[in-house]
Amino acid sequence: MNMRLYLLSKFSQAVVTIFIVLIINFFLFRVMPGDPVRVLIRSPRISAETLARLRERFGLDESLLTQFWVYLRDLFTLDLGSSFNYRQPVLDVILERVPATLLLVGTATLLSIVLGISLGVLLAWKRGTRIDVGGLALSLILYAMPTFWVGIIMLMVFAVYWNIFPLWGMGVPGAIYQTFWAELLSRLHHLFLPVLTFTLILVGEYALIMRSSLLEVLHEDYMLTARAKGVSATELLRRHALPNALLPMVTLIAINLGFIIGGAIQIETVFSWPGLGRLMFSALTDRDYPVLQGLFLFITICVILANLGADIIYRYIDPRVKA
Amino acid sequence: MPSSVYSKDNLRLLKKNLRSFWDIYRQNTMGLIGLCILCFFTLLAFLGPRLVDVTTYVVDGVTQTMHPPVSGYWLGTDNLGRDILAGVVIGTQVSLLVGVAAATISMTIGTVIGIVAGFYGKLADKLLMRFTDVFLVIPWLPLVLAMAALLGPSLGNIIFVIGITSWAGTARIIRSQTLSVKERPYVERARAIGSSGTHIMLRHILPNVFPLIYANTILVAAIAILSETTLSFLGMGDPTRISWGMMLHYAYEMGAVISRAWWWLLPPGICVVLVVLGFTFIGFALDEVLNPKLRRRDR
Repeated sequence: MNMRLYLLSKFSQAVVTIFIVLIINFFLFRVMPGDPVRVLIRSPRISAETLARLRERFGLDESLLTQFWVYLRDLFTLDLGSSFNYRQPVLDVILERVPATLLLVGTATLLSIVLGISLGVLLAWKRGTRIDVGGLALSLILYAMPTFWVGIIMLMVFAVYWNIFPLWGMGVPGAIYQTFWAELLSRLHHLFLPVLTFTLILVGEYALIMRSSLLEVLHEDYMLTARAKGVSATELLRRHALPNALLPMVTLIAINLGFIIGGAIQIETVFSWPGLGRLMFSALTDRDYPVLQGLFLFITICVILANLGADIIYRYIDPRVKA
Repeated sequence: MPSSVYSKDNLRLLKKNLRSFWDIYRQNTMGLIGLCILCFFTLLAFLGPRLVDVTTYVVDGVTQTMHPPVSGYWLGTDNLGRDILAGVVIGTQVSLLVGVAAATISMTIGTVIGIVAGFYGKLADKLLMRFTDVFLVIPWLPLVLAMAALLGPSLGNIIFVIGITSWAGTARIIRSQTLSVKERPYVERARAIGSSGTHIMLRHILPNVFPLIYANTILVAAIAILSETTLSFLGMGDPTRISWGMMLHYAYEMGAVISRAWWWLLPPGICVVLVVLGFTFIGFALDEVLNPKLRRRDR
C-alpha cells in the first residue's frame, strides 16, 4: 500500500470515529434517563408553563433529527454552549485550562518514558536475576494501586508529615514573584509531587513493555549474526537492539493516552491542579453538564488525533511497515 | 442428547481434566499467591461480619472520633467515630460484588460481539469491529464519569457502567480466536450436515474460546474493582453502601490527609491493591496454564 493511500484510509477512519463519538456524545446527554431540562434546571418547583418555554428555548420540542442537526451546526461554529458555573462559553473555560494539564502531563510522560525505557533495558539485560524479579514485582504492585491513592499517600508523607512540598495548586495564590527564577522555582516546587505520582503510575507499564520488546529483539537471528561478527555487548544493544525494540513504544504511548487522561483527572483532583482533570471533577460535583459534555468531546477528539499522529509517525520510522 | 453430557464417562473425564489442570496450575507460584489472596478476601466477605463486630460502623456519638488504632478498635476510628476495621470488612462485599458482576457483563458483551463478528465475517465483522475500535479509543474514565453522573449514584448503575464500557478488549481477543476455530474440520462437518449458525456458535465455537474467556474475565474483574474505587473516590459512588472507594472518598473529603489519619487512608487502599493483585496474578497464571504456547517458554 502506498503512503498516500495509507494516510487516506487512516484519515477517513479517524473521521468516522469522531463522527461516532459525536453521536454518542449527543445521545448520552439527551437519551439518558431524565429530561434534559429537568437535569439542567435543578429546581423541583418549576411550573409546567416555564418547563414548556424552556424546552422550546433549548429546542427540545423539535424532532431528534433536527436537534442533532442543530448540535452539529453549533459544533462546527465551535459553539459548545455556556457553563452554568463560570457563566462563560464552555470552549473558553476549557482552553483556559489546557496549558496547566499540558505542563503536568507532558513533564510526567516525558519523565516516565525515559525512566521506563531505561528500567526496561536494565531488566531485560539482567533477565532472570534478582533485579529483574524485583523490578517486575514493583511494576505489578504499582499497576494495582489506584492513582488517586498514590497521590494521597504522597501528599501525606511529603506535604504533611515532612512538610517539604506544598499541599495544593500550581503556585502560591496571589503571589507576585520578584524574579523569573523565583517564579520558576515556585512552579517546580508545586509541580514536583503531582509529577512524581504520575511518573510512578506510568513507569511500570513502559518498563514492562520495553523489557519484553527488547527480549524479543535480542532473540532475532540478526542479533546472532551481529554477535558472531564480534560486535561488543554495548554496541550490540545501542546499534542493533534498541532502535528496533523502541518501535512498539510509539504505539503504546498513543494507545495509553486515554489512560493518561484518566490519571490526570485523579491527580489534578488530589493536588488541586488547575487543569482539565480538575475541571472535569468540579463539573461533575456541580452538575455543570455543558462543561462535562464539552470536555468529553474535546478530550476524545484530542485522543483520536493523537492516535492518528502515532499511526503516521510509526509508518515513517519503521521501514518494514511500508513493504 | 443433553443427558449424555452428564454421563459417568464424561464426569470421569471432567475429573481427570480438572486434576491435570490443577497439577499444572499449582506449579505456578504467582497463581498460588493470587489464589490465597482471593480466598482470604472471599472468606472475609462471607465470614467477616460474624468474626468482626460490624455494628461498630455506626455514628453513636460516644466513640472517640479520629482515634488512632487501639485495642478494641484495631484500625482506629474515622471523623464520626465509626470503626474502620468494621468498614473495611463491610466494604469487601461491595468491592468483590462489583468486580464479579461488572466482569460478567463485560465478558458476555465481549464474547457475543467477538464470536458474531468472527463467525459471520464480512459486513457484520467490519461494523462490529469499527464499533469496538471506537470504544477502545474513547478515553475510558471521562466516558464512565459522564455516564455515571447522568444515571445517578447507585451500586447497580456503577456495575452497569463499568460492565458496558470495558468489553472492547475481550471482543478483540474472542474474535481472533473465533477466526481460527471456525476453520477447523468439525465446524465444516457441522455446516455440511446443515447445522444453523447459532448452533455452531454455541456448540462448537463457544466451548473452544472459553479458556481465553476465563483468563480475560479475571483480568477485567481486577480492573473493575480499581474502577469502582476510582468512581467512588470521585464522588460517583453509592452513598448508601460502604465500599473501600467510598471510605477513601469520605477520608479525603473530611481532611484525613491534613489530620495525619493514616489509619483511615491506608487500610482501604491496601485492600484494593491486594485484591487487584490477587485477580491479576490468577489471570496471568490461567493464561499461562490454558495457553500452552505461553507455558514455560524459555527464550
